[in-house]
Amino acid sequence: MTVKSDLPQGTLELLVLKVVALGPVHGYAIAQRLQHVSRYVVQVPQGSLYPALHRLENRGLLAADWKETETGREAKFYRLTRKGRAQLEKEAASWERLTEAVGLILRLSQGGAQ
Amino acid sequence: MTWWHRLLRRRQLEDQLDKELHFHLEQHTTDLIARGYDPEEARRQAMLALGGAEQVKEECRDARGTRWFEDLLRDFHYALRTLRQRPGFAAVALLTLALGIGATTVMFTLINGVLLKPLHFPDPDRLFTLNEQTKGITDYRWGDLWAYSYPNYLDCKRQSSSLDMAAWRYKRGTVSAPGEAEHVDGAEISSELFPVLGLTLTRGRAFLPEDDQPGAAPVAIISYGLWQRHYGGNPGAIGKPLVLEGSSYTVVGIAPPGFRLSWEPDVFTPLGQDTRTYMQRRDAHPGIRVWARLRPGVTTEEAQTELAVIGRRLAAQYPKTNTGRGFVARPLRQELVVELVGDDRGTLWLLLGAVSLVLLIACVNVASLLLARAVSRERELAMRVALGASRGRLVRQCLTESAVLGLAGGVLGFWLAVVGSRPFVAFWPGSLPRAEEVQLDWHVLVFALAVSLLSGFLFGLAPALRAPTRDLEQILRAGARTVAGSSRRLHSVFVISEIALAVVLLVAAGILGQTLLRLSSLNPGIDIRNLLVTRAALSPAVLANPARIPAAWQELLDRVCRVPGVQSVATVDTVPMREGNNQIGYWTNAAVPEKHQMPLALSNSVSPDYLKVMGIPLLEGRFFNDHDRMGSKPVIVLDEVMAKHAFGSQDPIGKNLWMPDMPCIGPKGETFYDCTAPYEVVGVVGHVRYWGLAGDDQAHVRDQFYYPFAQVPDPFLARWSELMSIVVRTKIPPLNLLEPLRREVRGAAGDQVLYEVYTMQQLASRSLAQQRFLLLLFGIFAGLALLLACIGIYGVLAYVTSRRVPEIGVRMAFGASARDVMQLVLGQSLVMIFAGVGVGTAAAFIAARLLEHLVTGVRSIEPLTFVAMICVLVAAALMASFLPARRASRVDPMRALREE
Repeated sequence: MTVKSDLPQGTLELLVLKVVALGPVHGYAIAQRLQHVSRYVVQVPQGSLYPALHRLENRGLLAADWKETETGREAKFYRLTRKGRAQLEKEAASWERLTEAVGLILRLSQGGAQ
Repeated sequence: MTWWHRLLRRRQLEDQLDKELHFHLEQHTTDLIARGYDPEEARRQAMLALGGAEQVKEECRDARGTRWFEDLLRDFHYALRTLRQRPGFAAVALLTLALGIGATTVMFTLINGVLLKPLHFPDPDRLFTLNEQTKGITDYRWGDLWAYSYPNYLDCKRQSSSLDMAAWRYKRGTVSAPGEAEHVDGAEISSELFPVLGLTLTRGRAFLPEDDQPGAAPVAIISYGLWQRHYGGNPGAIGKPLVLEGSSYTVVGIAPPGFRLSWEPDVFTPLGQDTRTYMQRRDAHPGIRVWARLRPGVTTEEAQTELAVIGRRLAAQYPKTNTGRGFVARPLRQELVVELVGDDRGTLWLLLGAVSLVLLIACVNVASLLLARAVSRERELAMRVALGASRGRLVRQCLTESAVLGLAGGVLGFWLAVVGSRPFVAFWPGSLPRAEEVQLDWHVLVFALAVSLLSGFLFGLAPALRAPTRDLEQILRAGARTVAGSSRRLHSVFVISEIALAVVLLVAAGILGQTLLRLSSLNPGIDIRNLLVTRAALSPAVLANPARIPAAWQELLDRVCRVPGVQSVATVDTVPMREGNNQIGYWTNAAVPEKHQMPLALSNSVSPDYLKVMGIPLLEGRFFNDHDRMGSKPVIVLDEVMAKHAFGSQDPIGKNLWMPDMPCIGPKGETFYDCTAPYEVVGVVGHVRYWGLAGDDQAHVRDQFYYPFAQVPDPFLARWSELMSIVVRTKIPPLNLLEPLRREVRGAAGDQVLYEVYTMQQLASRSLAQQRFLLLLFGIFAGLALLLACIGIYGVLAYVTSRRVPEIGVRMAFGASARDVMQLVLGQSLVMIFAGVGVGTAAAFIAARLLEHLVTGVRSIEPLTFVAMICVLVAAALMASFLPARRASRVDPMRALREE
């Protein structure tokens, strides 16, 4: 299954990969962090977060272990695999190219309107 | 984690998923409480944010990619449960399927073993058989392919760099020591044969190139069987002498058990030691077969190209013999299967076809059972659609159910095949060639599996496609007892196709039965009772000296006559209804044309008593007597068919025929097979069904003639004597005389033997074996088909009628009598029966043509057989319809209406 980077679903997965890349983290923390980092601009639907995590795990981009949190509860911590890191780099680059191109086009059409 | 892990550990995954979401909710709740929410409200908010735990779980499960399989498992369990709930239905369906699949698998096991299995040689696909091929000249018997001449073989072998070649040639002879004298089949082989085939000997060594030379020390390889019979399986046999045709050979090796060329040879001698003249002649083709293996890295095309080059080179070098003569390679497997199995191929495919029809009927039956069930489950299915099941999901569930049925039937059927195929092979007429190859292997397993799934799919399709999509409301609202029109139509189609299939099988069985009856009542042209036929081998010492041969035969006949119970005896070279014949071209004037333009006749060289012994009637003129000998005018006697063919309405007696292929010596004494002198016809006798009771009418060569053995010139006597048979007319059952005859014939040196012993009755009966066997099987298949079709008709009518009870109730309430109701139901079934008969008759015509083509003795379509068989079917079908009709006629209108 290939995920196209311009799809919203792909975007969520890209964001998840990026967050996980910063260090092992559990699902709730990912949701929190996404919300904080994006300063509440991006409303991450919590309901699609877990299916996305499981998809990434089954594709071998993420791995998971059960560990204790600081509060002493057991939680499922996700971390990036080598394959996941490669995928992250690829998708991030592709995302940047895409936004750059979209930005270019937008500016171009502005120029055309003047 | 792989797919398999995810599948096998799905319970653990469920727990973890639950735990993970639980943790998420708790954390979120705790956070919200910390921000000042009321605990109850915090919990509600957290759940809202997640958006329904069950839905998230479902999506996570989908992410695993094992969903379809879990569904399959669930459907599977469901199917098993529903089958268990209706054991009667399950039993009937399973039995029907097991019979169909079992019978089909048995037939496929046979075909797989006999026709499809590769040879028992390593890397068999790189083995080829080589032939000489002529351009332009087409021989009347063998087309444009020829066996090799020995010099051509040697040149090809030397010049080829792409093929490793080996040659062999049929040979037979009497092994007179050690042990009791026995006449055996054998082969002269080149030293390369075993290495080329990739076989190692059980013991000892293969021939060496230095054995394969003229004048080398005589050595022999013996078969595993001969080793057991004559040497008691003693390893010390190597190096011991073996006396074959009076000469002593040293045994150097023992062939692997079961080794066979086209036959199973018992003795092998080096081909290169054969120094007879035809081995040196490039224009002689003494039946030398060449097998070859592609060298590593060489393609078939390269080998063919190289053979063509060699062919052109030899043609330039030896224009007299090799002009227009090339060499071709063909796959050995194909060649050998054709040679070994021959006519049985058609029979096998025919039976597989017939048995598939039975399977098809079985499938239709189960389909109609399932359909009836699907209709009664229509409301259940509609309910599920209303609750959100997709149509695809329902179709999948239906197909899973039928696949479960199909597989269960397949397992039973496979078991039937395991039990049934051995006895079936043993039952094959004559003996089935390559029977030892008939085993259940993975090919058969795959076939059975495929057949089971395919039939499951076939009979599951109709009910599955009826999974409801539209008019849910109507279905849910409608009473349980209405039969949708489309289901009734589909049921009729099932019944019609069942009847059509049954008609095909019944008519086929009828045609075969009728053929067998007709053939058995034919006059074979000879008196087959109390007649023993056997080949006889003279002492090898006699054969070495042709001048002694005529006297030796006379002495052998005298000895036979002395055995009490023997009435008369004669010699003959070829015997009616047995393998082997001599075909010779003839012409009515001296201007003899090219060989392939002459009509052919079967030749028999006989002693004067032959006619009397066989009981062939003399129609005109005379048969031979002791005055027909070397030096007197060459004479022949024709059968009535040849007399008519050659001379029409003229009187053949005293006329001449020219036959250049007859054994005679030309003016200079060295010419073979090139007779210019005519033969005088002195008598006409009755026609003999030489090709068997079944085959004779359709045979290509039906002309027969006889010539006196006493007029065969000396140089031919040894060759003629090698294959001579005697026919013995007895006063008591002939097989009782076998032992006394063997003892009496053995002779002074104890090395004269009888072999290939038959009674004429056995030969005549054997000539109908194929027909008898096919009739038996087709009879069984047709019976099965008839039974299944009747069950089908009964089932469908009973079902449809039971659904119509309310309607019938109304009719009766309005004054219809029991008779009217019977007529209504029977009329409905008659329509289906006749539609089926119509379709079936058309198909049966095709089947009849096929039989005519494949089975010798079947004549063109006989209307009476058709009519008789169709009457049987209609009667049986009506009987099956009678029960439901009578039940319908006894419906109590009041009760029926109340039920509605």
